[in-house]
Amino acid sequence: MINWLANPARFMRLSAKAVPWCGWTTAVVLAVGLFWSLVLAPPDYQQGDTVRIMYVHVPAAWMALSIYLFVAAASAVALVWRHPLAEVAARAAAPIGAAFTFVCLATGSLWGRPMWGAWWVWDARLTSVLVLFFLYLGYIALASAFDDPARGGRAGAVLALVGVVNLPIIKFSVDWWNTLHQPASVMRIGGPRIALSMLAPLLMMAVGFSLLFVVLLLLRMRTSLNERRAMALRLNADAAPAWRAGRERVISAQISVP
Amino acid sequence: MTAFLGLFRRDLSLALRHGGDTGLVIGFFVLAVILFPFGVGPEPELLQRIGAGVVWVAALLAALLSLDRLFEADYRDGELDLLALSNLPLELAVLAKCAAHWVGTGLPLALTSPFLALLVNLDRSAIGMLFASLLIGTPSLSLIGSVGAALSLGARRQGVVLSLLVLPLYIPPLIFGAGAVEASEAGNGARAYLLILGAMSLAALAFCPWASAAALRQALE
Repeated sequence: MINWLANPARFMRLSAKAVPWCGWTTAVVLAVGLFWSLVLAPPDYQQGDTVRIMYVHVPAAWMALSIYLFVAAASAVALVWRHPLAEVAARAAAPIGAAFTFVCLATGSLWGRPMWGAWWVWDARLTSVLVLFFLYLGYIALASAFDDPARGGRAGAVLALVGVVNLPIIKFSVDWWNTLHQPASVMRIGGPRIALSMLAPLLMMAVGFSLLFVVLLLLRMRTSLNERRAMALRLNADAAPAWRAGRERVISAQISVP
Repeated sequence: MTAFLGLFRRDLSLALRHGGDTGLVIGFFVLAVILFPFGVGPEPELLQRIGAGVVWVAALLAALLSLDRLFEADYRDGELDLLALSNLPLELAVLAKCAAHWVGTGLPLALTSPFLALLVNLDRSAIGMLFASLLIGTPSLSLIGSVGAALSLGARRQGVVLSLLVLPLYIPPLIFGAGAVEASEAGNGARAYLLILGAMSLAALAFCPWASAAALRQALE
């Protein structure tokens, strides 16, 4: 299955069809989810309407962690199997993950100000998510720091795998340390501890954010592949005319944009 | 074994011959610590409260500055290619270089720390704990730093990229190293901090040579 998807031309064809469908589904799910969470869901007995930040903050946090796992997995596939699209996928996903991490930190800060009285505290969960944010930035910086993009992709892949050790620390930090951030309410042994009327819109927002990630990932991967094609064409435009014509035919056949 | 020791001895003698490297690291360490009383005021109680953290952060930054001499020179003149092709596994070569780097950087940092602890007004037991925590923690700094140095080999603006990579990974030793001193001043639990710091150094010893060797192989492709 992975090998079947390795052909860039096939990926471009499939993603061209998939992006509109995913895009519209994302829009619908997010619209319904936002309306449900911001308007229909009940206010919290203690926090009132401020609890509605949770419907953005928590799915963003889930995405931040999952996308890093995706980047690490894609990096492992790229290093071990030399899959041509895995590196493209990892480099495309990293800025999306960094953005979700930033949204998580920002909405958390906005939530903390009325609830805890502080914009920021140095407790274990917040600190480890901040470290995750810097791991994302470090990955993006390293992957683009080389003149040879292949070298940058490989170096970034190793870095992504080294940073995976941070993920369990983030997840279990609220259990291991005495923290201000509340412990797990949804993904825990014993099942979710949150009321269904709040859990349902939360899960819908999580699905919406996941679909958003898929759409953005596909768009970024398509852009990246088109950039490579444009770069190859530009390089070959400087070559001898006869050879150039032959190369252009080959390149156009390899990565054709429908 | 002979190859390992030979590489260790080579790197060590290179570091000692360019004695300037160790001197620069220690000089930066001292200057960075000295800056803080100028910044926050010379009040002794305040300096005592922040002293352990300040010395540890300065040690981190000084270690960071010395990392680019770990692989860069060998990468440029082709020695790294020869090491990769030799009988000695690249992981052991990395370990030998990190060991030499620690003797040339981490150990001097730990040895200088008691004098700096006097500058920030730490009391006797805290000085001992600071020295112990740096002695146990600096090997992990050299090892984690080697991963960053290997990853950023040949990058544009290598120094900045290296800092961005390595400083987040330096945070756990920092937390437990400075925490050990503060725990000893509070009178409880410093031993636990030192044990965890030791565990981190051992984990780095187990994990980092593999990661650095993988990164070096990517760089040499």
